[in-house]
Amino acid sequence: MLATLILEDGSVYKGEQFGACGTKIGEIVFNTSMTGYQEILTDPSYANQIIIMTYPEIGNYGINEEDFESYAPKCLGFVVKKNCKNDSHYKSKETLSNYLERNGVIGIEGIDTRSLVIKIREKGTMRCMLTTDEIKSESEIVEKIGEICTHNADKDVVLHVSPKEKYVVNEEGEIDLALIDYGCKSGIINSLAERGCKVTVYPASVSASEILDNGHKNLFLSNGPGDPADCEIELETIKNLIGKIPIFGICLGYQLLSIALGAKTYKLKYGHRGGNHPVINLQSGQVMVTSQNHGYAVDTESLSEIMRATYKNLNDDTMEGFDAERLKIFAVQFHPEAKPGPNDAAVIFDEWIKLMEEFHKNPVRKADDMANV
Amino acid sequence: MGKNINIKKVMVIGSGPIVIGQAAEFDYAGVQACRALKEEGIKVVLVNSNPATIMTDENIADKVYIEPLEITMLEDIIQKERPDGLIASLGGQTGLNLAMELHKAGILEKYNLKLLGTNIDSINKAEDRELFKNLMKEINEPVPESEIVSNHKDALAFAEKIGFPIIIRPAFTLGGSGGGIAKNAEEYEQYVTTGLQQSPINQILVEKSIAGFKEVEYEVMRDSNDTCITICNMENIDPIGIHTGDSYVVAPSQTLTNNEYQMLRTSAIKIIRSLKIEGGCNVQFALDTTSNQYYVIEVNPRVSRSSALASKATGYPIAKVTTKIAIGYKLHEIQNAITKKTVAAFEPSLDYVVIKIPKWPFDKFANGDRILGTKMKATGEIMSIGRTFNSAFKKAVASLEEKVPSLALREEFEKLTYGELLDELSIQDDRRIFRVSEAIKRGIEPETICNITKIDFWFISKIKEIIDFGKSLACMELTKEKYIEAKEMGFLDCEISKLTGKSEEEFKAFNVEASFKIVDTCAAEFSAKTPYFYSTYNEECELSALKGNSNKKGSILVLGSGPIRIGQGIEFDYCSVHASWAITNNGYESVMINSNPETLSTDFDIADRLYFEPMHIENVMNVVKKENPIGVMVQFGGQTAINLASKLEERGVKILGTSLESINAVEDRKVFEKLLRELKIPQPKGRGVKSAAEALDATKELGYPVLVRPSYVIGGRGMQVVYNDEELLTYINEAFKFSTEHPVLIDQYLEGQEVELDAISDGKEVLIPGICEHIERAGVHSGDSMSIYPSRNISRKHEKTLVKYAKEIAKKTKIVGLMNIQFIIKDDVVYVIEVNPRASRTVPIMSKVTGIPMAKIAVNVILGKSLRSHGFGVGLYRKTNLVCVKMPIFSFQKLNRIDPALAPEMKSTGEVLGIDTNYKRALLKAFIAGGFKFGQRKQRVLVSLNDHYKKPALKIIKKMFAQGYFIMATWGTHKFLEKNGVPSKMIEKFMIDKLQKRMKEGRLSFVINTPTLGKNSQTAGFQIRTIAEMYCIPCFTSIDTARAYLSAVKTYDKKARLTADTVSNYRKRHFFDFLIKNK
Repeated sequence: MLATLILEDGSVYKGEQFGACGTKIGEIVFNTSMTGYQEILTDPSYANQIIIMTYPEIGNYGINEEDFESYAPKCLGFVVKKNCKNDSHYKSKETLSNYLERNGVIGIEGIDTRSLVIKIREKGTMRCMLTTDEIKSESEIVEKIGEICTHNADKDVVLHVSPKEKYVVNEEGEIDLALIDYGCKSGIINSLAERGCKVTVYPASVSASEILDNGHKNLFLSNGPGDPADCEIELETIKNLIGKIPIFGICLGYQLLSIALGAKTYKLKYGHRGGNHPVINLQSGQVMVTSQNHGYAVDTESLSEIMRATYKNLNDDTMEGFDAERLKIFAVQFHPEAKPGPNDAAVIFDEWIKLMEEFHKNPVRKADDMANV
Repeated sequence: MGKNINIKKVMVIGSGPIVIGQAAEFDYAGVQACRALKEEGIKVVLVNSNPATIMTDENIADKVYIEPLEITMLEDIIQKERPDGLIASLGGQTGLNLAMELHKAGILEKYNLKLLGTNIDSINKAEDRELFKNLMKEINEPVPESEIVSNHKDALAFAEKIGFPIIIRPAFTLGGSGGGIAKNAEEYEQYVTTGLQQSPINQILVEKSIAGFKEVEYEVMRDSNDTCITICNMENIDPIGIHTGDSYVVAPSQTLTNNEYQMLRTSAIKIIRSLKIEGGCNVQFALDTTSNQYYVIEVNPRVSRSSALASKATGYPIAKVTTKIAIGYKLHEIQNAITKKTVAAFEPSLDYVVIKIPKWPFDKFANGDRILGTKMKATGEIMSIGRTFNSAFKKAVASLEEKVPSLALREEFEKLTYGELLDELSIQDDRRIFRVSEAIKRGIEPETICNITKIDFWFISKIKEIIDFGKSLACMELTKEKYIEAKEMGFLDCEISKLTGKSEEEFKAFNVEASFKIVDTCAAEFSAKTPYFYSTYNEECELSALKGNSNKKGSILVLGSGPIRIGQGIEFDYCSVHASWAITNNGYESVMINSNPETLSTDFDIADRLYFEPMHIENVMNVVKKENPIGVMVQFGGQTAINLASKLEERGVKILGTSLESINAVEDRKVFEKLLRELKIPQPKGRGVKSAAEALDATKELGYPVLVRPSYVIGGRGMQVVYNDEELLTYINEAFKFSTEHPVLIDQYLEGQEVELDAISDGKEVLIPGICEHIERAGVHSGDSMSIYPSRNISRKHEKTLVKYAKEIAKKTKIVGLMNIQFIIKDDVVYVIEVNPRASRTVPIMSKVTGIPMAKIAVNVILGKSLRSHGFGVGLYRKTNLVCVKMPIFSFQKLNRIDPALAPEMKSTGEVLGIDTNYKRALLKAFIAGGFKFGQRKQRVLVSLNDHYKKPALKIIKKMFAQGYFIMATWGTHKFLEKNGVPSKMIEKFMIDKLQKRMKEGRLSFVINTPTLGKNSQTAGFQIRTIAEMYCIPCFTSIDTARAYLSAVKTYDKKARLTADTVSNYRKRHFFDFLIKNK
C-alpha cells in the first residue's frame, strides 16, 4: 500500500506503507542513531512526533521483550529507507512491521530519507502529515497542507504520557528517591534502581507538598516530550521544591529546572537526536559521546547567578548541563541512561548517587537561598 | 593544551614492501601522517624500503630515506637526523616491531628519541599474548580459553585439556601467518610447528576455537586526556574462523541490537583505556549468536587495514587524527575535516551501508589452496557504498572486476547438481558467497544454508532478496517502475539485459539516471563540503551543491586501478594520485573514480571530487554523465583503466593522451607486429592462434621452446614457456576454456638479457629517465625479476639502439604520455618484446631515483605542454651517482600449494629498493631489505638443477664451494658436479622428510632449484621449494638470483659498512665536484 508524507512547506514524499494505516499529524524529527530503533520508538519523549531514522536499514533484529523504554510507542509515525521484513535475532519476538501495526504507528519506507533530513536541517523542524489515504489530486494535497498548518501541538502532552498513579520500583533500595515521570524512559528508572535506589515514581501532576510529606530524601525529574515552557503545573511543583530537597534532572527535567531557576529555553532549529553527540565536561575537559533527544535548549546567556554550566555540546556549543551547588541541583540535557546510544555518560548516575548518599548524611538545611533565585 | 611545541622533527617509519596482510593502507596512513605533521610546521623524516609508495616522494616528507627497514640502518638515520619524535603506529606491524626493537636495543634512549602516541609499555601489553591476557583478566573482559606455549609438549597438554578444534596464532606475525584452526591432532601438530617457526619470538597462542560466533570489530580512538570515541563498528558477514582480512565485511553492524552494539563498544573503550593507547586502535570481538556472551579476540594498538576501511567507510581520517594526537592534540581540539564545523571528538553516523570484499589471487594461482582460515590470503580489497545493503552488496560484487559482475550466473556453480551444491556449501573458500547465491537460486532453504555456512540469516535473506528479484526480472514485463527498482537494488544494465532479454539500448527510453550522495560523517545532520560521493537511484542528487561555482577550466576524470592484486599493485595508485594532483595544478578539476579503500587515491582530499564506485563501465559512465568532463585519463590506472578505454570511446567519451587507436596498435598483436616490421625493429617471431590446430602449425614455424599467453593480460596471467606439443596442447585447451574471445599468443622464447625502460612522449619527442636491466635472464616476469638501474652490462651501442627504438615506437604509435618498453638482447641483437602504452610498475621507482616526476610530466604533456619545457631535456636522461637494485617480494608463506618458482607469470606482491652509490652495496641493501639474513654460519646448500641449467650453473656452484658452503645435490646434479670436479653430497629425492627436518632446524643455508617443466605439484622440486618457503629458507629458482645473492654475501663478508642517505643525496650528480668545491 502507498503511504504519503506531506510537510508543512508543501514537500510530498511517496513511499510504501508498513505497520499501521491511517492519518497522523505531528512534528517531524530525525534521529541519527544506527541502532536502537526499538528504544527510540518506545521513548515517550517522541510523543506526537513522526520520526525519521537516518540509518537506512531498520528492523534488522526485530522487536524483543527487553529493549522497551516504555510499554507502548508514543510517536505517531516512523519513516525509514528500508524496513526489514526478514529480521534475524535470537531474541526477536516479532517484526518491526507487526509491532507498529499492533500499536497504531504508521510506517513509511522507500523514500529518500537523506534528502528529507537535509530539508529539515535547512528549514528547521516542521509539522507534517503521514497518511495511507489515497491522494487523488493536487487540490487534496493543498487541503492537507492547510490541515497541517492549522494543527496545534498538544500543550498537555506531558500529562498525557505521564503515569496516572504513583508506584515504587526496587522496594529494597537503600537510597530513597522520588521521581516525577514526565514520560520517563525505563532506562532512567533502571539505572537508578541498579545503583541501589528505591524509586517512587510520581505522575507529572504531583504537588510539591505530596513529595515533601512523603519524606523523600532526593528528587529526580525525568525526560519527557514537548515544550518546557508549556509545563506550567510541573514548573509550579518544582519551584516549590527547590532548596528543600536535592534535585536531579535529565532532559525535560533539566529544562524545567533551569526555567524554575530563572533561565530561558528556546527551540533548536532541528534538535539533537542521536547517539553520537560529543559533550565536553567543562571542568575536566574530557569529552563523552552521549545519547540525546531534545528539541529545546537552555540559553546559556540567561543563566541566573546561582547556576553554573557544567557540560557543553561540541557540535553547536549549546549548554548540556548545569548545577546549582548551593541548592543541590544537578542536571544534564543528554541521556546518561543511553538506551539507545553509548554508555559513556553512565558515570553521571554514579556521581549523582554518591551525592545523594552524601546529602543523606548532611541533609539540606532550610533553604535561605531561594531569595537569590 | 594543544600540540607539544618541543617536537620539531619527526621520524615516520613505513611498512615496507606490499605483502599479503600489509598493503597500500599503510601508504595511505603514512601520507596522511606526513601531511598532518607538515601542516603543523614539523619536519618529517621518512623511512621506507618500498619505492612504489607515495609517502617516499620528496614532496610528502622533508627527508626521504629508501633504505632497508632494520635497526642498524634506522640508527644511522637517527644519528644523522636527530629527530625529536618517532611515529611507528602508522607503519603496520613492521613499524611497530621496529619501534620495539629500537627500544630494546636502547637506541630510542641513546638518542633521546621520544616514541610519539602509544608508548612502548602499552604496545607490549597489547602485542604480548600473556600480558594481554592478564590485563583482560584484570579488567574483567572475557578472552577465550588459551595458553601461550613455546614448545610442542605444552601445546599438547593444552589440547588434552581443551579438546579440538583449537586455533593456533603465532605471536608477532603479519596477517596471522603461520596460524590456523586444527580440527584434529595431526593438523594441530603441523600448525604448532609452523607457528613456532614463524613467530620471531617462538611463541604461539593456542586457543579454544569459537568458530561460528559473529565477528565484530571496533575502531577506537583515545587522546591523552582519556577521551575515547569509536569511529565505526564493522560486522564480518563470515563468522569467526575466517581471518577478518579474508572476510566479507559490512559497516556498520547489521544484526546487533543496540544493547549488543553498546556492550561491545563499552568493552572496546574499556580496553583502549586500560592499555592507555594514544591514537587509533582496533579491537576484535566474537559474539555468540544465541546469548550475550562475547570474547575479546585481538587488539591492534595501531592504525590497521581495518582502520583504513573505517576511514573510507565513514569519512573520518583516523591516521591523520592519530598523528595529531601523537603530537599532543586532544580530540576536541582537532577539526572535523569533513564538516569543518564540528570537531574530531564525535562518532560518525552513516546513512548508507558499506561492504568490503577481499580480492584473492586465485585467478592467477588456479592450483592454490583456496580454503580460507585464520591465515590471510587476500592481496587487496574493494569497498562499495550503497544506500541499502542490497545495492552496496551488488556494487561490491561488480567492483571485483570479474568476468561476471553478478552474484549468480556463475557457470562453475550452475553446472553442479543439487546434491553436489549442497555438499559444497560447507566449503569456506573465496567463492562461498557465489555458491550460497546459487544455492538460493536453486531453492535451498535459507535456514539450511545458515546452518551449514554459519552466515547470519539476515545476510542470507538479503542475498535471497537480490536473487529472487533477479528471477522476477526474468519472468515479468520490464516496466519503468520495475527497472527503477532493479537499479535501486544495484542491478547493472548488462545484468538486467541478460535477465530480461532486452537490449541495454532499450533501457534508455526509461530515462533513469544515477544520482549521487555525499559521505559526510554525520548522516546529513550538518552540511558538509566534502566532495566524496557514491551513487544511488531514485533519490535526490547532491552533486549540484558542490559543482558549478568553480572557475576552473573544466574537469578531467582519472580512472583508478581497483583492488590491489598481483600484477596491479600500489604503483598504479601512485600514478593515479600524481595524475590527479597534476590535473589540479594545470587549472582543471580532477575527478577520481576508484573502488579500493586501502589507497591514497580514495582519500577525500586528493582529487577535487572523489567517486567511490566500481570500476565497471556503467558506473564510470554514470559519473561521466554528471561530470561531463573534458576527457578521461586511462593510462595511470593499470590494466583496469586501459580495459575501459574502448568502452568509453564507444560511448563518445574522449580519451586524453595516447589514443585508443594507439593503445590498440600496441596491444593488438597483429597491428603491433606489422608496426615493428615497418620500423625494422626485431621482435621474437610470434603468432596469434585461435585453435589447437593453428597452434601446432605455429610451433612448426617457430620451433620450441615457445612462450604462450592469452592476449590482453595483467601480470602475465596464464603465461608459460612450453617445450613440446603435449605441453602446448594442454595449455591451449585450458586457455580456450577461459575465454575464446581473444587469441592465444605464441612467441619464440629468447633466453637473453632482459632490459626495460619507461618513457614519456609528447607525441614529438621522448624523455627516457633511465634504462633498467634485469638480473634474471628473460623468461621471468619483469615484475618478479631483480633489476638494476642504471644498467651495467649494456654496451653504449645497444643503449643507443634502445633509445632509438623507443623514440621510433613512440612517434609511430603517437604515444602521448607514459609508455613502457621491454627488450631482450640476445646474440648482439636488440629485440622488442612488449610495449605498454600506459604507466608501468616501475614509474614510481624511476621517478624517485632520477628525480623526474614522470606522472606529473605525463599529465602536463597530455594537456599540451612540451616535454622540453620541464627542464629535463629529451632523450635518455643523464645518470647520477645513484645505483639501485629492485627486489621483488613474494607472499608465498600466506598461500599454500603455490609453486614459488619464478616463471613468466607474475607472482610477487611487492618490492623493495636498495639504493647506494655503489652497485655491490645497493645489491646487499636490496637483499637485506628483502628480509634475507646475513652474517650467519655457512652451512649446507641444496642444489637441484634441471638439465637446461646444469651447465650455466657450474661457475656459481664452484664459487659457492669456494665461499665455504657445503654442497648437497640431487642425483642428476650430483653426477654432473662429480663429472666437473665439484664435491657434493648426493641426496635422493625421496629423502624429502630428512630435508624437511634439516630446514626446520635451520641447518640449511639456502636452496638452488631450477624447476623442471610442467605444473605438476607432485614433483620433488615443487615439494622442496614449498618446504623451503615454509621454513623461510631462501630458495633460488633462477641461477641468476643465486649469483646475485652470493655476490651480496661476499660484499657482506668483506665487512662493507652500509650507511643510509636520502634519495636526493644519492642522486647528487656532482658529488665529487661538491667535495672539491668545499675544500
